[in-house]
Amino acid sequence: MTAEQILFLVTAAVMLVAAVSVVTTRNLIHAALWLIVTLFGAAVLFAMLRAGFMAVIQVVVYIGAIAILFIFAVMLTRRELRDRGPQLNPGWWLAAILALLMFSGLVLVLGGWQGLWAAAPAYPSEFDSVQALGQALVSPEAFVLPFEVASVLLLAALIGAVYIAFQRKGKEE
Amino acid sequence: MIPLSWYLILSAALFSIGLFGVLARKNAIAILLGVELMMNAVNINLVSFWRYLDPTRMDGQVFAVIVFAVAAAEVAVGLALVISVYRRRKTVIADEIDLMKW
Repeated sequence: MTAEQILFLVTAAVMLVAAVSVVTTRNLIHAALWLIVTLFGAAVLFAMLRAGFMAVIQVVVYIGAIAILFIFAVMLTRRELRDRGPQLNPGWWLAAILALLMFSGLVLVLGGWQGLWAAAPAYPSEFDSVQALGQALVSPEAFVLPFEVASVLLLAALIGAVYIAFQRKGKEE
Repeated sequence: MIPLSWYLILSAALFSIGLFGVLARKNAIAILLGVELMMNAVNINLVSFWRYLDPTRMDGQVFAVIVFAVAAAEVAVGLALVISVYRRRKTVIADEIDLMKW
C-alpha cells in the first residue's frame, strides 16, 4: 500500500465520520463545524487529484463563505439550539433505508461499468490546468455562455436573498 | 496508485449520507446542510472524472466551478428564506412551516 493510498483512506474515513456527525449531531453549530471538516477533506482530495485551483476555491468559497453563512443562520435562529426535543423526524428509519438503497444502487451501477478500476492516465508534464481552466471559462468555443449565465444567477440570487431577508424599519416585532 | 472506484464509492457514500440528512432532519438549516453534503459529493465525482478520463479536457472542472456558483446561490436564498420564516413564525422546524400565506 503506497503512501498516497493511506492518505486517501485516512481522508475518506475522516470525511465519512464528519458527514455522519453533520446529519446526526444535536447542536447545529457543531453540525456546521463538522461540515467544515468534510469540506476540508474534499479539498484534500482535490489536491490529490492535482486540481489545485479547485482545492483553493473549495477552501475559500465553501469553507470561507458558505459554512460561515450557515453558522450565521444558526445563530440568527438561535432559539432552536435550546430545543431538547428529537432532532430527527419520526420516520427517520425510512430515510435511513432509502439512503442505504441509494448507496447500494449506486454501487451496483458502478459495479457494472468497465472503467471502474482504471488507473489515472499520466499527467501531461507541461500542462497547466489553471491556465486551461481560465481559457475554457472565457473562450467562445468552450464555456463562456454557462459561465456568464452562472454569474447572472449569482447576482439574481444575491439580490433575492437581500430582498427576502431584509427587515423593514417599523415592522419589527 | 488509487483506482477511480475509490473516489466514486466515497462520493456515493457521502451523497447517501447527505440524502439521509435531507430526509430525516427536522430543522430547515440542517436540511440545507444535507444538500451541501450532496453537492460536495457531486463535485468530487466531477473532478475525479476530469483526472481519470482526460486531464487536458477541462469540462469536469468547469462543471465543478458552476456547481460551486449554484451552491452559493442556493445557500444564500435558502438561508434568507429560513431567516425570513423564522422572523414571522418563530420556528425553523420544517414540519411546523405549513401555511402558504399568513
